[in-house]
Amino acid sequence: MALTILYFAWVRERIGQAEEVVTPPAEVVTVADLIGWLAKWGGGYAEAMAEPERLRAAVDQNFVGTDASIVGAREVAIFPPVTGG
Amino acid sequence: MIRILVSREPIDLAAETARVEGGNVGAVASFCGLVRADDGVDQLELEHYPGATEAALDRIARTASERWSLQAATIVHRVGPMRPGERIVLVLTAAPHRRDALDACAYLIDRLKTDAPFWKRETRGDDARWVEARDSDTAAAERWR
Repeated sequence: MALTILYFAWVRERIGQAEEVVTPPAEVVTVADLIGWLAKWGGGYAEAMAEPERLRAAVDQNFVGTDASIVGAREVAIFPPVTGG
Repeated sequence: MIRILVSREPIDLAAETARVEGGNVGAVASFCGLVRADDGVDQLELEHYPGATEAALDRIARTASERWSLQAATIVHRVGPMRPGERIVLVLTAAPHRRDALDACAYLIDRLKTDAPFWKRETRGDDARWVEARDSDTAAAERWR
């Protein structure tokens, strides 16, 4: 199923784009699975996903742990820990 | 009354303060964060997650409104490039009495630091780097739990 992924900050810079639509295989069911799947794409993807413990995520704009399900989600965002204020 | 604004425009402190005064407000507390110039930063750039950022700020403000007796809560956060000395964020709380206004104001900025999706990138000369999240910010947010 088509899934929109958004990247922010250095994740976006390493990958080279802010947004894309992907179709993950059925075995990709959690955010962590998605990160692992993207890492296999190599290049900037491998670089951006190299340290999963440094990544945070939102599924359909809800902030979640990387063990959260992406099944049925329309939008997943992957980004570093936030630094606003 | 909750007001959330994420904008590329400079923050107008006087106009935002005037918005929350009036009625039967007895106390207005504010926090304003500025771009520091002390370590050679030429430019600070703020990135956000449109939609999700505003929703997160609204959630923080609503939680504060349930916890303290507030007449108004305002969070204005700037995004895009800014220079040292410019305002990054403004938090205002209005209440009948100072304690609610002061505590809620501290809560809003502490929670904003860890719960709202913003990312800072500093530029010093030709060197640009993303700011790392700090454990002290997480600790500050946790003390309100």
